[in-house]
Amino acid sequence: MGLLSDPNRRRALTKLLTRLNAPICVMCYLAGVAWFMGLAFEPFTLRTYMSENAMGSTMVEERFPAGERALATGREFAAHKKKVGGMPVDWLVKTMQSRGLEVFTQSFTRKLPFPDENKERYMVRGTNVYGILRAPRAPRTEALVLSAPCSEGNNNNQAVGLLLGLAQYFRSQIHWAKDIIFLVNEHDLIGMQAWLEGYHHTNTTGGDWSPLQGRGGSIQAALSLELSSDVITSLDLVLEGLNGQLPNLDLANLFYAFCQKIGVLCTIQGKLQRNDWDTTSGYSHAAQTMMLMVLKQASGRPWGDHGLFLRYHIEAASIRGINSFRQYKTDTTTIGRLLEGMYRKLNNLLERLHQSYFFYLMPSLSRFVSIGYYMPAFGLLAVILLLRVSFHLWDNRGFYFYLTPSSPGVLSILTPVVISHMTGVALYTLPILSQEMAVQHFPVSETEAVVLTAIAIYTAGLALPHNTHRYGTEEGWRVLKLVALLYLAVLLGCTALINFSLGFILALSLVPIAAFITPHTPKALSAAIMVLLSPGCTLLYCVFLFQELQETPVSLQDGWMLFLSVISQGILDHALYGSLVYPLLALLIYPCWLLLWNILFWK
Amino acid sequence: MATHRCNIFMLAFVLCGLTCVFVREELVIRPLHSGDIYASFQFRTLWDTDFLRGISHYRLFPKSLGQVISKFSVRELHISFTQGYWRTMQWGQPFLPSPPGAELWVWFQDTVTDVDGAWKELTNVLSGIFCASLNFIDSTNTVQPSASFKPLGLGNVTDQRFLRYAVLPREIVCTENLTPWKKLLPCGSKAGLAVLMKSEKLFHSSFHSQALHFRPVCQDWKCKSTVLELRQTLNVVFDLHTSGQGKREWSLFKMFSRTLTEACPLASSSKVYVDVTDNPQGELFELSPTTPLLSQVVVLGDRRTYSVYDLTNQATFGQTRSLNMLLRWRAAENMLRPLLHGERYVAGYGLQTGEIHTLMYNNHPYRAFPVLLLDTVPWYLRLYIHTLTVTSKGRDNKPSYIHYQPSKDRLRPHLLEMLVQLPPNSVTEVTVQFERALLKWTEYTPDPNHGFYVGSSVISALVPSVVAMDTNSTRECPLFSSFFPCKEESSYFMRVYTEPLLVNLPTPDFSMPYNVICLTCTVVAVGYGSLYNLLTRTFQVEEPSPGLAKRLANIIRRLRGVPLL
Repeated sequence: MGLLSDPNRRRALTKLLTRLNAPICVMCYLAGVAWFMGLAFEPFTLRTYMSENAMGSTMVEERFPAGERALATGREFAAHKKKVGGMPVDWLVKTMQSRGLEVFTQSFTRKLPFPDENKERYMVRGTNVYGILRAPRAPRTEALVLSAPCSEGNNNNQAVGLLLGLAQYFRSQIHWAKDIIFLVNEHDLIGMQAWLEGYHHTNTTGGDWSPLQGRGGSIQAALSLELSSDVITSLDLVLEGLNGQLPNLDLANLFYAFCQKIGVLCTIQGKLQRNDWDTTSGYSHAAQTMMLMVLKQASGRPWGDHGLFLRYHIEAASIRGINSFRQYKTDTTTIGRLLEGMYRKLNNLLERLHQSYFFYLMPSLSRFVSIGYYMPAFGLLAVILLLRVSFHLWDNRGFYFYLTPSSPGVLSILTPVVISHMTGVALYTLPILSQEMAVQHFPVSETEAVVLTAIAIYTAGLALPHNTHRYGTEEGWRVLKLVALLYLAVLLGCTALINFSLGFILALSLVPIAAFITPHTPKALSAAIMVLLSPGCTLLYCVFLFQELQETPVSLQDGWMLFLSVISQGILDHALYGSLVYPLLALLIYPCWLLLWNILFWK
Repeated sequence: MATHRCNIFMLAFVLCGLTCVFVREELVIRPLHSGDIYASFQFRTLWDTDFLRGISHYRLFPKSLGQVISKFSVRELHISFTQGYWRTMQWGQPFLPSPPGAELWVWFQDTVTDVDGAWKELTNVLSGIFCASLNFIDSTNTVQPSASFKPLGLGNVTDQRFLRYAVLPREIVCTENLTPWKKLLPCGSKAGLAVLMKSEKLFHSSFHSQALHFRPVCQDWKCKSTVLELRQTLNVVFDLHTSGQGKREWSLFKMFSRTLTEACPLASSSKVYVDVTDNPQGELFELSPTTPLLSQVVVLGDRRTYSVYDLTNQATFGQTRSLNMLLRWRAAENMLRPLLHGERYVAGYGLQTGEIHTLMYNNHPYRAFPVLLLDTVPWYLRLYIHTLTVTSKGRDNKPSYIHYQPSKDRLRPHLLEMLVQLPPNSVTEVTVQFERALLKWTEYTPDPNHGFYVGSSVISALVPSVVAMDTNSTRECPLFSSFFPCKEESSYFMRVYTEPLLVNLPTPDFSMPYNVICLTCTVVAVGYGSLYNLLTRTFQVEEPSPGLAKRLANIIRRLRGVPLL
């Protein structure tokens, strides 16, 4: 700081920063990207380890014997499901009761803002059934949840069967210290949302559900089980939850530890871990796994039924059974033993899981990157914005501050700021409000209407602000640029703190244009670059990248359809579960980008 | 050896004379609807002494307790240690309700001047007697309820100044609490029903509650003089499912790994009751050996029939000289609809605010009845009492009496008592919002992320009797007895405890202080000073200092009053 209070040295520093501003910025950008890509390199990551003592050193035995019986129950469940044509509530209630649980049901209805074409639902009406295994000599203060969705078709019957089998087995054991809630939820996340809101008596998204009758106190941890085949080759762990929240890393460690102990293949993002980190293919495998996690986290949507638990500070993960063409198979008894072991250890918890990390990325199931390691990558990108601020604030001689009180720029930038945000508000509200009108006037379905309206408003925004300033000055655009830079820096900084992946992806695309856009750059080229790097196009690239990383590449046509459905899903996620990505993009990021657009066309 | 012990008992009989007949012991076994089995022991010792004259002879009354009671001038003392939560929905009503953890309430004599001091000492002494953490009872968890806890014994002092009530919801009950409790019994665990109390079995159960109640009662029905009564109770619910290995069969030996061979020689009465009300024709379970003795009692507003086994009668033990009752089940479990039932939970998410919901169910089809709700909430949950709402059937239900004592930080808890009328067949919901306080870092427990406990709320009610409710009975009973609906006791007193709450408070990361100290020191030392300088000063490049001649010339010019060079 002495550097800054000494005018001579300060002048030297300013001179350095202003003269070498562009090269430094480019260096920072490249360094940020390189740092991020380096995170997947194994020597730079940490090996996972169990932090929670209560789960680490204690020994548990897994003795679950009844995998075959669980499968039989699953088939019975499937038969009843087919007969009723939905959730076989009566059968489930009776079965759970006969297994010695306290059984309750919860009914819910939900009208979606517009029809969900992916899952083909609009008016949703369903029932959740849950049974509570009361722990002996425990005062109903703590609970664990095991849930399995009742899905359409032939999916997840085995999961429900295993859940009921485990319930029966757990009931005959004396050592439970926490109540265990066995939940079968209908309509996946909508049912889960209704149950969680009912359990905590909140209503964040305006659903309609009947109040819950039985409770087990504060829920400590939850697992959601998805299993659609009698034998599996591997188990996949899904961590990403609503708004990019992640469960405590110890939950992932627990899963990994038991997979190792019992000898089950386990994956994350559907990818096995490899030992050849020093080869190119090994590195690219780890990088792919990590990028998938980044993309999923950035989407802000719950990637499994567990995703909604995280809002209530309940550590939760989904475990998904995968049956591929691999030779080696694992039977249901083994999965039952794995779950038994995990619940026995969770049962031993004295405190909530809190010892390990909440902010991490995983390049493989046994390696993780903590917040201290990945934040510099974002920091390197964000510092560019501040460097550009300094560049526009100072001229070559040292200090010249453009914002003098008499400057005409201060007021003249108010118009573009307001108009950009109004466009953002329109983008946020109009698609859902105007769907009826659109359906009447154009031959499209409601969902298409919503998505196309959103895209239309997005594009219309580009044309809007051109004529707002008649007598723009040189100072005017500089002030506007300063404001936009600071605004973007604050926005990205806050986003990255909550959801690193989203912040980082946005920074990757927005920082370059924010840094170098001026009215004096070649208009056509700059405009093309700006449009290509706009948030909407970033989303499109992400869709393609995601498909590529999942090894299911799509054609342009399919990619575009996928892009449209991702937009509709984003809007639905916001309306149904309170995901914040859509409002963030519409109300803040997009207006900020419009400000930069404005600068480009400053007259 | 046996004869020797007999001699001692004989001696005791001779010495204490008539008073000894005041010892009674009972075991009630009730097969529950859920298929579990409920065993309730009660031991009663009477002591005819006058407190105020000073006490010299304790007879069969436990001396350790007697001394404490006389030293602290205790009028009534009720203490219970419970592990587990009584599941009203499956098990019905217990004979003696108790909240999870430890509960202690004491009425002091009106001669006591320093009640708080006596209370503090008493809790510490009891803590030693029962090997429990009762010493954690202090002003932050003690309240003086105005209406919920009236004296159960004789005496018309109802000034709440002499009452103290405290609950420790986190107290864990185990064998070290059982042993001192057993030592207070007149026969210890050597003879009588107490031989059944083996801790390895008692703690292999779904519910365990041991209690001790001390109060003054009438000596006889004329009530000319009072005696002091000590009741020790032990309630256990055994889980058929886990420990029965799937067999629906129970015997004394399976429950307690002991059988009964004799009554306590000091007891005037020693009986085992088995509830056979639901089983008049043996369709639910079958009991062997059978007993010709049946007894009908109205308990908790319900007329029950019991098979009675009198242990003082040698014939009870039969040829094998031991009593081992056997029950074989036939029925499946189902949920009950108890008349009164309470539930409580914390609503909301996040660590800033929350809402406590208390639900009270009145399942009576047509009678409303009033209940007293007592809520004790620790100070670190700051109740917003203006958000208190009481609703039944979707409408506001205004309590007819509210007694609220706000908390004082680190001194006393919130006390909320209210009298609410529960409409028939309804759920009444009491909600109040709270804010979670940020504690000082030394005030957190060693396991802060476990959460903090809020004790059970207490619902005390006069509930209409089931017997009285039974108007269009299809049961075979004489016509002359069934015209007026009010029979026997029209209502009875009942107390229901809700579950305790576990609330998470905002918790700092305790491994951080070092980092925080380093960071703040750095920020203060380096950052603050320089930033402050940068913000408050303007910096200019100084001219090089003028030579000596120029300075001299300037001094002269200043003296002359002309501009400086």
